[in-house]
Amino acid sequence: MTYERTIGDTILAVDQISLSFGGVRALSDISFSVRQHEVFAIIGPNGAGKSSMLNCINGFYHPQKGTITFKGKTRRQVRPSEAARDGIARTFQNIALFSGMSTLDNIMTGRNTKMNKGLFWQAIRLGPAEKEEMEHRAVVERVIDFLEIEAIRKTAVGTLPYGLQKRVELGRALAAEPDLLLLDEPMAGMNLEEKQDMCRFILDVNDEFGTTIVLIEHDMGVVMDISDRVVVLDYGKKLAEGTPDEVRTNQDVIDAYLGVSHGEDE
Amino acid sequence: MFYREAGQFKTSYKADQAIFTITQDKFFVGAFLVIAFGVVPFFIDDYWANAILIHVLVYALAGLGLNILTGYCGQVSLGTGGFMAVGAYASYKLTTSFPEMNFIIVLLLSGGVTACVGMFFGLPSLRIKGFYLAVATLAAQFFLVWLFNKVGWFFNYSPTGMIVSPPREVFGFLITGPEASPAVRYLFCLSVVTVFALAAKNIVRGRIGRSWMAIRDMDIAAELIGIRPLEAKLSAFAVSSFYVGVAGALYFNVWLGSAEPTEAFDIFQSFFVLFIVIIGGLGSILGSFLGAAFMVLVPITLKTIMVDGMGFAVGAAKHVEVMLLGALIIFFLIVEPHGLARLWQILKEKLRRWPFPY
Repeated sequence: MTYERTIGDTILAVDQISLSFGGVRALSDISFSVRQHEVFAIIGPNGAGKSSMLNCINGFYHPQKGTITFKGKTRRQVRPSEAARDGIARTFQNIALFSGMSTLDNIMTGRNTKMNKGLFWQAIRLGPAEKEEMEHRAVVERVIDFLEIEAIRKTAVGTLPYGLQKRVELGRALAAEPDLLLLDEPMAGMNLEEKQDMCRFILDVNDEFGTTIVLIEHDMGVVMDISDRVVVLDYGKKLAEGTPDEVRTNQDVIDAYLGVSHGEDE
Repeated sequence: MFYREAGQFKTSYKADQAIFTITQDKFFVGAFLVIAFGVVPFFIDDYWANAILIHVLVYALAGLGLNILTGYCGQVSLGTGGFMAVGAYASYKLTTSFPEMNFIIVLLLSGGVTACVGMFFGLPSLRIKGFYLAVATLAAQFFLVWLFNKVGWFFNYSPTGMIVSPPREVFGFLITGPEASPAVRYLFCLSVVTVFALAAKNIVRGRIGRSWMAIRDMDIAAELIGIRPLEAKLSAFAVSSFYVGVAGALYFNVWLGSAEPTEAFDIFQSFFVLFIVIIGGLGSILGSFLGAAFMVLVPITLKTIMVDGMGFAVGAAKHVEVMLLGALIIFFLIVEPHGLARLWQILKEKLRRWPFPY
């Protein structure tokens, strides 16, 4: 990371979060904090509770215990749509685009919370609603430009290849101009080149827009390279938290997840 | 050869998001409107107005309403007939209670009443989806028709239980009642439908339309990007019911003139409008018109050919019609779920490249 960045105060604090589904403890007493402008990674083996953690942060799951403080507002349960309005955007492990709509419309939906002209003006369209629409279109065009997806603007997203769909999904999240961006395995199933592109976009977003990023990723090379700090989960418990170097050398983490590169004992 | 956008450049987002972006399209639509408004009224007679044109227009409006709900927001409804009845009875009560009220105001208020009723029956959509929602709206259909049959206040205690539209004028022209001329009634319906279609197009390509489509395509993701499901679904029910209510009011006042709920607004109305939407194209404004024209014209054409041309019995023609419609619906569901509107779009794509496809 060569460019200058100023890591700010805590933007998101997760405090003693516990979540269980019936008898299964998905998360137990997890606490960590994410600072403004940081790239923060959550790693761990399958079923460790990483996605559940993200789902708690943006209100899709409601933890039984613990609080989440975002931008100074402490809460335990929040509706997903309210979390989105507060400035939390996310992408999904399995792509969750609106398959019947074009790329442009998909990204425009990301701006929906920022638009406020009512039904009446929408129906007339001429005048205020059209002006608003054009302003937001301009913002969306900047996102399209940034992600280099100009050519597929009018294509229905259902017909796009996987890598592009992932990019459109990122675009939809970016269009909301979030303060906190949650990325759930943004590079899953991508080849090396696509991964490089995606890394570049993530770093650029963080750099240009100053967006705080929390990401889940299994590619350790990527995680260790781009993140400022890492938290490691295993079976719903927190194993470690710290800079990539600290985490890499933590014995618990090596045992549970990373393993040893050329093992003496297996 | 003549239909292509080569050389037509757009220099603003406004031009890029216009309804008809291609000059030829603008020309054809303009010509179509000129003929519909300026030429047809001079040649229209009672048969054409009642059997075909007003018939198509009223059902196109109802189809637009259902398309907003089912095609754009993905909520299945089988209550269209019931909601049309709400519009019809609301207009009847309003226009008989306040004879001086302008009929356009009556239409809009009837739409408003239907929108409220529609929102009420849309409440289950917040909990249930798909087939189960269809069943819940079916309850609306049966309940509403029963209500209008049972409670005398709705039909002003007329002994037959029928409602009869009193003669009303708009801008000095008589538009309802047996004395109204077919040209005026046609023009009135055409104007209402044109304005409503334009408004629908504007809504579905703006913020609210996108929130409906987002709910349709993936409701969980829609909620996670900040769309409130309550707001989106109920607004779809409201707008859809408004359209259906206005269609019901036109259907009763301008087209039928008198109505009796069990017959005019039964479950077959709901299915008829649903077929219009499916055959015309789910999620397409144009599709509602194509579907309505199709559903109205196929029986008439069949009857003309089979009964008048080939001398079959009326009953036989009716049976063929039912079989043919059933087959067509299955055909469309399998081959082209996006209906006639999609076929039209494919045709235009082909036309753009014709005669040199490469």
